[in-house]
Amino acid sequence: MRRLALSDEILLNIEKPARYIGGEINSVMKDRAQVDLRFAFCFPDNYEIGMSHLGIQILYDMFNQLEGVWCERVFSPWPDLDRIMRREHIPLFALESQDPVKDFDFLGFTLQYEMCYTNVLQALDLAQVPINAADRGPGDPIVIGGGPCTYNPEPLADFFDLFYIGEGETQYEALFDAYRANRRAGGSREDFLLRAARIPGMYVPAFYDVTYHEDGTVREIRPNRPGVPARVRKEVEMSISDTYYPEKPVVPTMKVIQDRVTLEIQRGCIRGCRFCQAGMIYRPVRERSLEYLKDKARKMIESTGHEEITLSSLSSSDYSQLEPLINWLMEEYGSQQINISLPSLRIDAFSLDVMSKVQDIKKSSLTFAPEAGTQRLRDVINKGLTEDEILAGAREAFLGGWTRVKLYFMLGLPTETEEDQLGIPELSNRIAALYYDTVPKEKRTGRVQVTASSSFFVPKPFTPFQWAQMLPKEEYLERARRVNRSMHEQLNHKSLSYQWHEADVTVLEGVLARGDRRLCEVLRRVYARGQFFEAWSEFFDLDVWLEEMAACGLSADFYTRRERAADEVFPWDVIDAGVSKAFLRREWERAMAGVVTPNCRQKCSGCGAAAFGGGVCFESKD
Amino acid sequence: MKVRIKFTKYGAMRFLGHLDVMRYFQKLLRRAKIPMRYSEGFHPHQILSFAQPLGLGLASEAEYADIEITEPVASEEALRRLREASAEGIDIVSFCRLPDDAKGAMSIVAGADYRVRFTGRFLERAASGADGPFTLADWDGFLASEKIVTVKKTKKGEAELDIRPFIYESRAESADTVFLRLAAGSETNIKPELVIGAFLGPRGLEITPGDLFITRLELYAAGPDGGLVSLESFGEEIAGEAGGTAAGA
Repeated sequence: MRRLALSDEILLNIEKPARYIGGEINSVMKDRAQVDLRFAFCFPDNYEIGMSHLGIQILYDMFNQLEGVWCERVFSPWPDLDRIMRREHIPLFALESQDPVKDFDFLGFTLQYEMCYTNVLQALDLAQVPINAADRGPGDPIVIGGGPCTYNPEPLADFFDLFYIGEGETQYEALFDAYRANRRAGGSREDFLLRAARIPGMYVPAFYDVTYHEDGTVREIRPNRPGVPARVRKEVEMSISDTYYPEKPVVPTMKVIQDRVTLEIQRGCIRGCRFCQAGMIYRPVRERSLEYLKDKARKMIESTGHEEITLSSLSSSDYSQLEPLINWLMEEYGSQQINISLPSLRIDAFSLDVMSKVQDIKKSSLTFAPEAGTQRLRDVINKGLTEDEILAGAREAFLGGWTRVKLYFMLGLPTETEEDQLGIPELSNRIAALYYDTVPKEKRTGRVQVTASSSFFVPKPFTPFQWAQMLPKEEYLERARRVNRSMHEQLNHKSLSYQWHEADVTVLEGVLARGDRRLCEVLRRVYARGQFFEAWSEFFDLDVWLEEMAACGLSADFYTRRERAADEVFPWDVIDAGVSKAFLRREWERAMAGVVTPNCRQKCSGCGAAAFGGGVCFESKD
Repeated sequence: MKVRIKFTKYGAMRFLGHLDVMRYFQKLLRRAKIPMRYSEGFHPHQILSFAQPLGLGLASEAEYADIEITEPVASEEALRRLREASAEGIDIVSFCRLPDDAKGAMSIVAGADYRVRFTGRFLERAASGADGPFTLADWDGFLASEKIVTVKKTKKGEAELDIRPFIYESRAESADTVFLRLAAGSETNIKPELVIGAFLGPRGLEITPGDLFITRLELYAAGPDGGLVSLESFGEEIAGEAGGTAAGA
């Protein structure tokens, strides 16, 4: 029987002890004596969030298929357990073996959002591994980061030995081979990192020196060792229908956010929305074959016992085999009490027909993401969704019996005016009015509910908006209040509701998303003041960050309030994401001119991703 | 067809809450391809219910789940498939057919057996106390009391309760272990911790989480003669057909 790292006494004194016990169906146990490389894979948030993430399931499965490798999972201990572990000097452990992660060969972090950065420091600290890469010795694990935030890893540069840029399927085997070769040769930690830096996609931050101009902008990023590439190109899995994908994903025993089979139908997005980082960094679009997906779906449903399957992609409606795939799922599983969940579908006759078959219309809602309130601003952000399309979709849905509509918007977009902001309540009102015009009185089953929600826009690296300036915190809130007031003044205000996000988080995300290495010191200091789990509003305090930035001679405004110059060197220029800076700049200029850019299937815009030699770039265009 | 499943809970799985155990079984039954009957409605769910929630941290040798299936599966075959699909910490003990008019396990629970072991942690602490080393020597004396009044938490607050009538049987089995047969179920449910607390209170001791290792040994329904009969005894083995069962995978 597995021994647990925590005593009964501790487990009975904390919230949700099932977070820490492992032993789930399809979790992988191996014989310690039969493996020579142990990898602790950490999602720096709690179990329920981390176990809902597809990437960890893909890599966990892949690592454990590799000969001699045992990959185990680690999640951030909640503050209640954190206190006990510090008090009793219990080192952070991995769920499967319950062994301390400090004894592992690798400690990997997946970096999905900026607000988890202090949790990385918490994990290192609890693991009893030096927080700074420079302080680590021969006995410490190699600390490696991956995930979307590594497209600008600079605010975390001090804490990681290396970053894996791009998709994990391609180079981990080579990295592990290099690790073993270095171990056989008796090489040092630095020797290994030198080997690693020669593997495509590997960025070793210590091997680059960053110099700054007097105004605080980056002058130059230059390798400081021979044989280290000037720029690190992202890795892309081009054989998307012939690669690792779990057939036996781990089944969480406790309730998690996404408790279902997830089928990733494609990577990337053809749309090119100018605010969207995922739409840029996952280029080119690659579709998985129908046969591959059917095979994986069958195996995952059998091996997990899940009651629900969902499709994952940035824009499912653009998947060319969507109709046959959904028809197959309904045929195969409709009679087996398996729910089919269909996110990110464009609302049209096909999707409404499908949704009416797989969902309870009375309980489900339609979701549109216009992102901006006016057509002008939607053109600026290249969101190819027109008001006519939204209204046509809504009309059809109302006739089909739906009464709930959700609308997603952003506030604080580049060039946004008061008219654009007020466009949000106006569009919401038009949709509500459309219901009353479309559905005759005797057929109505109550009032239509239109729920609009907005988040504040944060410019991200490797998007056309990476040059954009952000707004002061107060201005974000003022815009949200303006929208809210106007919501109440609409004719159908009783059918409308509006929600908006806090602005404090927006400011910090803005700092970290486009930040540089000088923020490492701020992170250290903020963490030292007891801050972590900042993705949870009850634990986040912007003032601590602002104070520590000031103490380091930095200001949030430098990172958020400047419109960057066309030729500014960005901290993330050391990364080559496949889309060229020239393309992004062209897109920025088109945005400022309000000109839309056709999607990848309509016309190639020469972003640079064609160099990867596949995907949508090589489909025939018609 | 109604079926009663008996299972154990031990090791790390002791820290799964009742709702998590339910979710675990929903998925387990699907993986094992047990031909479950589903409820009607837009969101059909498996006909599945559990006898009596087990407290967090407790082990058990006798947990019960009642299910309904659409076609018979031989007990042996069902056990093989369930065991193959289960995780360490939950072992499936039996899979037995219930009479069609059998009442659900949840509604008939009347008693439960527990073994309570005082952990080393507790014994050490007790030994260092003012009252000298802890002993179970006067356990029989404790049981001989006419009344054992405790404070029980209720929905409305706290209430005094004489628990003596609800301790059906008990004995000290060794220097650190007590056996308890207690009233259980929806009417009166006496937790073993409550009895131990009542014993320790007058001795100036109290228990905190981790002091006791408790194992539930059996769950009972009221028998026809006023005694207790195990929940397992209501079921009978489902025989396999020659050449395997129709529902065999």
